[in-house]
Amino acid sequence: MSSLERRLAAVVGRNRVTTTKTDRLIYGFDAGRGRFLPEAVVYAESAEEVAAVMRLAGELKVPVVPRGAGSGLTGGALAVHGGIVLSLTRMNRILEIDTENLLAVVQPGVVTAELQAQVEKRGLFYPPDPASKEFSTIGGNVAECAGGPRCVKYGVTRDYVLGLEVVTPAGEIIHTGGRTLKNVVGFDLTRLFVGCEGTLGIATEITLRLLPKPEAKKTMLLFFSSIDGAAESVSAIISARIIPATLEFMDRATLACIRGRTEIDLPEECGAALIVEVDGCREWLDGEAARVMAVVAGRDVIGSVVAETEEESERIWQMRRAVSPAVREQAPDCFNEDIVVPRSKIPQMIRRLETLSVESGLPIVNFGHAGDGNIHVYILTDLREAGMEARVDALIEQVFAAAVELRGSISGEHGVGLAKARYLDMELSPDTIAYMRTLKRALDPDNILNPGKIFLRGRDDE
Amino acid sequence: MNNVLVQKTPGRHNVLEDFADAIQRCVRCGACQAYCPAWSAGRREGDVARGKVAVAAAMLAGELGRGAELESAARQDISLCLMCGSCTCGCPNDVPTAEIVGAIRREVAAEAGLSAVGVGVAALLGSKTLMRGVAAAGAALAPLMMEKVPESSGLRLRFPLDRLPAVGERILPAPAGKSLFARLPERIEGQPGRPKVAFFAGCAITWLFPQIGEKMVEVLVRLGCTVYLPKGQGCCGMPALSSGDGPLVSRLASANVRAFAPLNVDYIITACASCGSGIGEYYHTMGGDSAILAKKVVDFTVFLEEEGVCERLAALPRAVKRQKVCWHDPCHLKNRGILAPPRHLLAALPGVDFVEMEGASRCCGLGGTFSVHHSEESLLIGEKKVEGVQECGAELVATACPGCVMQLETSLCRAGLPARAVHLLELFGEAELAALAND
Ligand SMILES: Cc1cc2nc3c(=O)[nH]c(=O)nc-3n(C[C@H](O)[C@H](O)[C@H](O)COP(=O)(O)OP(=O)(O)OC[C@H]3O[C@@H](n4cnc5c(N)ncnc54)[C@H](O)[C@@H]3O)c2cc1C
Ligand code: SF4
Ligand code: SF4
Repeated sequence: MSSLERRLAAVVGRNRVTTTKTDRLIYGFDAGRGRFLPEAVVYAESAEEVAAVMRLAGELKVPVVPRGAGSGLTGGALAVHGGIVLSLTRMNRILEIDTENLLAVVQPGVVTAELQAQVEKRGLFYPPDPASKEFSTIGGNVAECAGGPRCVKYGVTRDYVLGLEVVTPAGEIIHTGGRTLKNVVGFDLTRLFVGCEGTLGIATEITLRLLPKPEAKKTMLLFFSSIDGAAESVSAIISARIIPATLEFMDRATLACIRGRTEIDLPEECGAALIVEVDGCREWLDGEAARVMAVVAGRDVIGSVVAETEEESERIWQMRRAVSPAVREQAPDCFNEDIVVPRSKIPQMIRRLETLSVESGLPIVNFGHAGDGNIHVYILTDLREAGMEARVDALIEQVFAAAVELRGSISGEHGVGLAKARYLDMELSPDTIAYMRTLKRALDPDNILNPGKIFLRGRDDE
Repeated sequence: MNNVLVQKTPGRHNVLEDFADAIQRCVRCGACQAYCPAWSAGRREGDVARGKVAVAAAMLAGELGRGAELESAARQDISLCLMCGSCTCGCPNDVPTAEIVGAIRREVAAEAGLSAVGVGVAALLGSKTLMRGVAAAGAALAPLMMEKVPESSGLRLRFPLDRLPAVGERILPAPAGKSLFARLPERIEGQPGRPKVAFFAGCAITWLFPQIGEKMVEVLVRLGCTVYLPKGQGCCGMPALSSGDGPLVSRLASANVRAFAPLNVDYIITACASCGSGIGEYYHTMGGDSAILAKKVVDFTVFLEEEGVCERLAALPRAVKRQKVCWHDPCHLKNRGILAPPRHLLAALPGVDFVEMEGASRCCGLGGTFSVHHSEESLLIGEKKVEGVQECGAELVATACPGCVMQLETSLCRAGLPARAVHLLELFGEAELAALAND
């Protein structure tokens, strides 16, 4: 037994620490492309244990990397500098669902969809719905500020976190926010921790705001002859002061990937498609759907499907879900970037992407959350080809540059982690980065908690 | 269809190298966490398919030892798998984790012995000490194990006697007085022009639940089929497969090919989802004559639906007193995409009010030999299943796998619920049987 393992075992017990080659190997991944082996894996079961592990790590100057489901796409949960992977999956209890104050208190390892199922049984609603919701954890969602299709109307994880229990890098347990919607005492530390990618503290208890569950929803699928028609329709819908629950788009290349893999007939001449879902009280929905159809009429619409039943709606969403796997199959390697631009800039961004695809000779497939300007850009390639890595890198950089130029961002949902650290300065000014680093240094002077993320190594303090 | 089976060779088992491409296909998205029963019990990366596939990848890359040299932590991960295939259903890239796990178990067992796999117990097959152990254990299964069940039967792997304390917490049927083969002839002539079918009974139906087998044969006879029940058939090999005992699987496959090939039937019917997976799906991967046999295998729910049984049942007057019944998807039906036929049958039964339960497709936790060697995890997985039954208020949980029936009974009983688990065929009474007759 290594001395690290022995010290950790003294904190959490022998059977919740492992340093076997096997465990180090299988905890060396998340859903992204990186791979780094930790020295040990620890399964925490309480905030006190997390705090004790942090204090021990501080004493030994060993990094600690919090980990939820490991579904992150940017390497956030990887032990870039070795050390301890601290798994929070066993802290998976829903501690409270308060139907009077519309809130839930959960441990970080609760799976997003599990919380949603439990609150929906009580007529309540937890809206953030990352595509990974069936397996991602609330802790990971908070750390990455996860979003999803519903965020056009309902916002992202940040908008639902009322309060946190956090273990600091020094191993203290602190509390932020609380159980009320209003709370202006002191700094808004809750917001600081949401989206910190596990670099400033480890969330060990999360208080979430809930909504009443919408009574019903109605799904529409619209086909357009051009991407411009689809983009104009998005603007027109919003300008008509209709905020759909979701507003998803797929470009021509995306539709080509899923043609034949869905029960829905996709017309050959279709250049783009939108999925529009409105929700609310039942009587009101038919009118709302009719308003949507009226607004988009005449904007290159060449066909539409309005789901009348749950099954028809499910068929439309099945088609949307078929996209990711279908796209991945098109090429041996597939890079998925999640840029975001102001809603009105979507047509411009798409045109920019089309040009970049032609110039680089690399196919690009685009789909995503039109309602909030979040575009999933899939670059299809084969890294076995000589020089491909460099070509892809160059293209990604151009994609990011275009997004920033349109006053958007290089990541809408997946975070910076390891994968986007080197592009940080494309979007943030040196002073802004310096401010963030000052914060990090003040809270974690020895750089124990999740080092090597967000910021590039090798600059001033690391 | 090619019916000619000349050489009666069982074919070969896939080895880890055969899965190199499949292993590459895993993009480590983690989606399998949403489907894997082993993950829900342990929540460690090694529990879930992604971790097991990573172990396999590391073995191929030379980062972990092979065979007898495989690190014990990796063996433990490979042993913590119910081989239910649920992960593959939810995997965007169709990674066949259960098959990969099977290949690793065979590799380890071949080099380090069956016990090294941590799921199977080679010593059970015909050992003298075992026989002595039987008397000491004095369990319900003892006489059964001693006298009747062939040494190669999967029941011996599922209920190994040196693990009887673990088995003791479970609900097991008392072994039947007379096995299925002692109750029925080998051939029952049907009506001309009707299908010729063979019934593959499997160990559980043969030895523990012969009444289900009798009901199956009765249903087929009423439908006018010519029914064969060849005595030469044996265990399908699933428990041996789960234990990593490749040679035993080959032996069993040979025996089954010998028993069924000469009959030249149109279909081989199963009423046990696991057996159907064994002789249907797994034999298919072995190639050779086993694969030819595999092509004829049909689950009874599919066969009955195709024979128009749903319509005939639906035409019966609804019973006045009906029971609320929900359906549990056995993993080995779900993975073959057999979801609708059993539901259609249930909905058509005149004495049944069919209700859908939440988590109907969640694994019951039995997983062949898994429940014996990982009893705690197995019972935990079972507990999750029961929540759905309780919520939907069903009086009966119907399913189509004797193993699931036993595990569900155990879970329901432990939870103190009045609901009971039954095989779907047990819901066929005289009125239902009468409706099947061809005029
Ligand atoms: C198929 C697929 C689809 C996806 N779709 C979406 C999507 O639609 N929208 C979206 O936003 N994301 C999406 N993601 C990305 C990913 O699922 C999210 O980032 C998710 O929030 C990560 O949660 P996790 O539990 O897997 O966290 P992990 O991957 O384990 O960790 C992510 C980061 O959070 C930190 N962390 C984890 N738990 C804690 C904690 N308790 N306290 C502090 N830090 C912690 C880790 O250190 C790491 O930096 C998708 C991923 C996949 C594979
Ligand atoms: S779902 Fe499939 S691809 Fe994703 S991690 Fe699991 S096995 Fe790999
Ligand atoms: S076969 Fe079943 S138990 Fe094994 S990894 Fe897949 S889902 Fe989990």
